[in-house]
Amino acid sequence: MRINCPLCGERDLVEFHYEGSSKLMARPKDENDMDAFHDYLHIRSNPAGLNNELWSHEYGCRAWLLICRDTNTHKILSIDLARDVKTKGSLD
Amino acid sequence: MNYSAWQILKNGLRGGKNWRPLWHSKEPKKSYDIIIIGGGGHGLATAYYLAKNHALKNIAVIEKGYLGGGNVGRNTTIVRANYLLDGNSQFFSHSLKLWESMEQELNFNTMMSQRGILSLGHSDGQMDSLARRGNMMISQGDDAELLSAEELRDYVPYVNQTDPRFPIYGGLLHRRGGTARHDAVAWGYARAADRLGVDIIQNCEVTGMIVNNKTISGVQTTKGKIKADKIGMAVAGRTSQVADMAGLKLPIESHVLQAFVSEGLKPCVDCEISWGAELFYISQSDKGGLVFGGDIDKYNTYAARGNLPAIENVMEAAMALMPMIGRAKVLRSWGGIVDMTMDGSPIIDKTPINGLYLDGGWCYGGFKATPASGWCFAHLLATDEHHEVAEKYTLDRFEKGYLLDEEATGATPNLH
Ligand SMILES: Cc1cc2nc3c(=O)[nH]c(=O)nc-3n(C[C@H](O)[C@H](O)[C@H](O)COP(=O)(O)OP(=O)(O)OC[C@H]3O[C@@H](n4cnc5c(N)ncnc54)[C@H](O)[C@@H]3O)c2cc1C
Ligand SMILES: [Zn+2]
Repeated sequence: MRINCPLCGERDLVEFHYEGSSKLMARPKDENDMDAFHDYLHIRSNPAGLNNELWSHEYGCRAWLLICRDTNTHKILSIDLARDVKTKGSLD
Repeated sequence: MNYSAWQILKNGLRGGKNWRPLWHSKEPKKSYDIIIIGGGGHGLATAYYLAKNHALKNIAVIEKGYLGGGNVGRNTTIVRANYLLDGNSQFFSHSLKLWESMEQELNFNTMMSQRGILSLGHSDGQMDSLARRGNMMISQGDDAELLSAEELRDYVPYVNQTDPRFPIYGGLLHRRGGTARHDAVAWGYARAADRLGVDIIQNCEVTGMIVNNKTISGVQTTKGKIKADKIGMAVAGRTSQVADMAGLKLPIESHVLQAFVSEGLKPCVDCEISWGAELFYISQSDKGGLVFGGDIDKYNTYAARGNLPAIENVMEAAMALMPMIGRAKVLRSWGGIVDMTMDGSPIIDKTPINGLYLDGGWCYGGFKATPASGWCFAHLLATDEHHEVAEKYTLDRFEKGYLLDEEATGATPNLH
């Protein structure tokens, strides 16, 4: 797998670290909502198909990336800087 | 027919013509009392113990591919009882005892070989933690011995003790640990379950669950609808998918674990060695191949093939541990999809759907659990009670905060 970092260009997988589901960007607002936090922390849809996920370019520019990838084929469909998506607020 | 030396002699003299298939390949009936989804080690063992320990009849195991085609036939066959946490240690201790009597129990040669498992330490701190682990194992009733660097020099002379980055300070030896022939475990349980009347149905994929009012009454399959009031899932890497058919979302991610085997070599590695600097382990099969592996690839995937960085990591660890391995050629590598939970420990429990039970989340270490998992899952299915050695493997432990986190890495399935 190679990942096309929006800042650095196409680089080998070895430079990137998987940070988990994109769900982690939507932290529950209410600190006391135990059910929401359980869901946020533990429950994953774990799809066989398109997965929205976070990677960091650990051994490159260190940016966090939001990637849509097919977990059956490893094909990457889209890559964005996580901070851009976060400020635009367009999470699925 | 019971296998014995006499049968081998008799059938050998008759040219081997009288050997029978190990199990019948059945077509599904319209309904069963209990259906187990998944014909891997855990599903087959569950069916066997349902019939054997609980005298239940009318059980089916439904497998989408061929029996033994999942992780039960892809793992690196290591069997051990060296867990630390209360909840895990009694379960794996029970499992190792079942491994020790499995060949007699199943009347099948699973080539169980208690050749010892050696875990290495590379610092004073790591030696302390190995000593602590050893004490926990002994207090659980299992065996552990702390070996010094000098003792290791005799025990594994080919290991590079003076690697400048990861010098070896000593190791913890678990003599009752070892390896078993993985396919034989699947075949042995399949044959034994078949002999007790379990229907083993291959090439039959479960495609849907029939759920009404939070109660299950059957499954849809590629061979039609099959009814049952109790259904157990034992589908390893596919756990999230199958549970999703009943609308369940689980604390699980699927990842790929790769493994490697070298060309056949003369006997040299006579135990299983776990490196302590990173996840790397190696043993030698009876055919002579060095069987080794390391960490998972660390990103969600259902493609049973991995990527190069994980392979490079494993090869570098191999070279650091035993430089002589650089002369051997890698024969092949493969991957299997493992169901990583949020705390790295498994789940054997009921689900919020009445009649639907879950045995999953075995991560990269469920082969050694095969007999105890079958034993405890059968107990749960038959009695609706947790077996005492598996009572901490609950599904709600995540929301209640009773995690079983051996690696202490938190809710990061890729780091367990
Ligand atoms: C490379 C590798 C090395 C490993 N090494 C070790 C080790 O050294 N020691 C150890 O203890 N563990 C090890 N493991 C882990 C161990 O192999 C697994 O935890 C264990 O085998 C899982 O249980 P199982 O045998 O029942 O799984 P499987 O054999 O995978 O059985 C699950 C079955 O469910 C079937 N299934 C899935 N979906 C459906 C459906 N919809 N309908 C019908 N059937 C379905 C699958 O086809 C499969 O046959 C390793 C795993 C891998 C991949
Ligand atoms: Zn970058």
